[in-house]
Amino acid sequence: MSEHILTAHDLDVSEGQIPRENWFESSETLSKLRKSKKFPTIWCSGCGIGIVMGALIRAIDHLGIKNDEVALVAGIGCTARMPVYMDFNTLHTTHGRALAFATGLKIARPDMHVIAIMGDGDALAIGGNHFIHTARRNLDITAIVVNNAIYGMTGGQYSPTTPLDKRATTAPYGNIEPPFPVCELAIAAGATYVARSTVYHALELDKFLAEAIAKDGFSLVEAMSYCHTTYGRLNKFGKATDMMRSLKDNTITKTAYDKLPPEERASNTKFVRGMFCNIDRLPYTSQYDKVIARAQGGAQ
Amino acid sequence: MTIKLMQGNEAIGMGAIAAGCRFYAGYPITPSTEVAEILSRELPKLGGKFIQMEDEIASMAAIIGARVGGLKSMTATSGPGFSLMQENLGYAAMAEIPCVIVNVQRLGPSTGQPTAASQGDVMQARWGTHGDHPMIALTPVTVRQSFDLTVKAFNLSEKFRTPVILLTDEIIGHMREPVKLPAFETIHPYEQVVADTPESYKAFRNEPGDVPPMAPFGRGYRYHITGLFHDEVGFPTQRLDEIDPWLERVNHKFDRHLDEIIMVESDFQEGAKTAIVTYGATARSARHALKIARQRGLKVSMLTLLTIWPFPETQVESLGDQVDRIIVPEMNLGQLALEVERMVGRRKVKRVNRANGEMVTPQMILDAIEG
Repeated sequence: MSEHILTAHDLDVSEGQIPRENWFESSETLSKLRKSKKFPTIWCSGCGIGIVMGALIRAIDHLGIKNDEVALVAGIGCTARMPVYMDFNTLHTTHGRALAFATGLKIARPDMHVIAIMGDGDALAIGGNHFIHTARRNLDITAIVVNNAIYGMTGGQYSPTTPLDKRATTAPYGNIEPPFPVCELAIAAGATYVARSTVYHALELDKFLAEAIAKDGFSLVEAMSYCHTTYGRLNKFGKATDMMRSLKDNTITKTAYDKLPPEERASNTKFVRGMFCNIDRLPYTSQYDKVIARAQGGAQ
Repeated sequence: MTIKLMQGNEAIGMGAIAAGCRFYAGYPITPSTEVAEILSRELPKLGGKFIQMEDEIASMAAIIGARVGGLKSMTATSGPGFSLMQENLGYAAMAEIPCVIVNVQRLGPSTGQPTAASQGDVMQARWGTHGDHPMIALTPVTVRQSFDLTVKAFNLSEKFRTPVILLTDEIIGHMREPVKLPAFETIHPYEQVVADTPESYKAFRNEPGDVPPMAPFGRGYRYHITGLFHDEVGFPTQRLDEIDPWLERVNHKFDRHLDEIIMVESDFQEGAKTAIVTYGATARSARHALKIARQRGLKVSMLTLLTIWPFPETQVESLGDQVDRIIVPEMNLGQLALEVERMVGRRKVKRVNRANGEMVTPQMILDAIEG
């Protein structure tokens, strides 16, 4: 916990107006961090994951959801360490299985807001099967995939979202596997709300996360991030700030993209940011209520 | 309740209902599938939930998630699926999440023989997941016991905050016997009581021999659950002064309660110098062999283990003091025999093994008694 967090929330700490022990009470948003947890986080300085955490807290705060009503479920990896810092019901599970744990939890407690927090390897490699099936069943779970295109915690191995030809510690001659388009995959599998933004566009991320949490159905937010300590170093992408800037320079809004002439759209190499899907479909737990009604002798 | 012709797997399903199970997640696999079919039909009648997951890994994850949400939960599988569940089974042991895993054993290794019986998962039930951890495994011999031990499995899992394995097999699972089940009102499922306030609650309080109750999510007790080594409130830790008390408490949490956990049936004969130690379907052959041996005037004792993990060390050790040799028949190449040998010494143990999907016959055991 450092002072820049407070200044980022427009709180004046320069003259010691807010004693350190009261920081957590100093704003609604900060009050969702865990007082008892030791900060700073495990993330490397300059990492984008903390920005997603901030966006998630602001989204929950914006929706006015009580801390007790939120369950955060995570798998394994840098991103999956996020829940421990927040004052919700937090479940840190096994690698790739966050959505499967979340499925059981959501069915047991349909009234809770269940949010699964995953990295790209966690969600799409080892957890790929659970990802598509949770979307297909339409569990009312918000899935957040922080996509930094690499396995960070293990030191920079290529992931299912590493771009072609880029280097990783296990792709020393360049990656030959095409990356998963995360949002398109979720849409094809049946997600009801799908959006993508980046850690550069933090306020946009706030908005998409709030919409995803409010959505009654499986929702996915892909938060593009970067790993300057492994992926960036191996591919000579410079410092964290350089990689942050490239998120700004190498993305285009969906609105702008849709206005491009067809030939420019075909040759576009920028990542598109925006909301790609927002449809209504009865969530699994509501469908199961019908099963209960039938079993108990109600309507057939 | 009236007497009913019932299959072992059906009795497991009914036992789960009676024990208060209200969530089942599973993946179809022979010879366990009847458990899922019965619970898909019965659970929604009670407002419970059933889901068929995409694989056994997800099934094991989902039952843990549902229990964290407050529903007593179970899954059922067989060898290959049991192998897939091992990682999350270890998670349940580490995070101390109560849940019941039914393994209707079939012949392995690998796909093996899906419709043939086996007792090949004895050691996997104990040591299948990585790392040191406590584990309970119960082995029914009859259809009625399939019911009773399922209820017991739930109660033990709740009381000790641990996964419990009901280790049955294809023979007991598919066999039909006339059974009279107890009225469900007479069954008292164990319910954890969280006495602490959210402020004073420590989900993993390390008092020796103590099993702190688990507060379900969403009831004001906001805390962290992880498969990492954790401190008393659940936060990950690398500190030895926090890891060591955890190891001590969790790996010894059954020690003071073995009378409650370990169930055996003794059929001892005065002056017998031969004994049989048996469990599961093989116990049925052993009973038959025992009857014939005694009719022939031979003195033989028998100890049937309804709990194999934790291993009934005291019971087997004291039996070893009374007899010269112990016959251990198993539908595997010698797994629980290793434990018996550990207690009484190798020289006293006569193994009778068959691992080709066929039952160990009474004649095979009789030959060992007379041999």
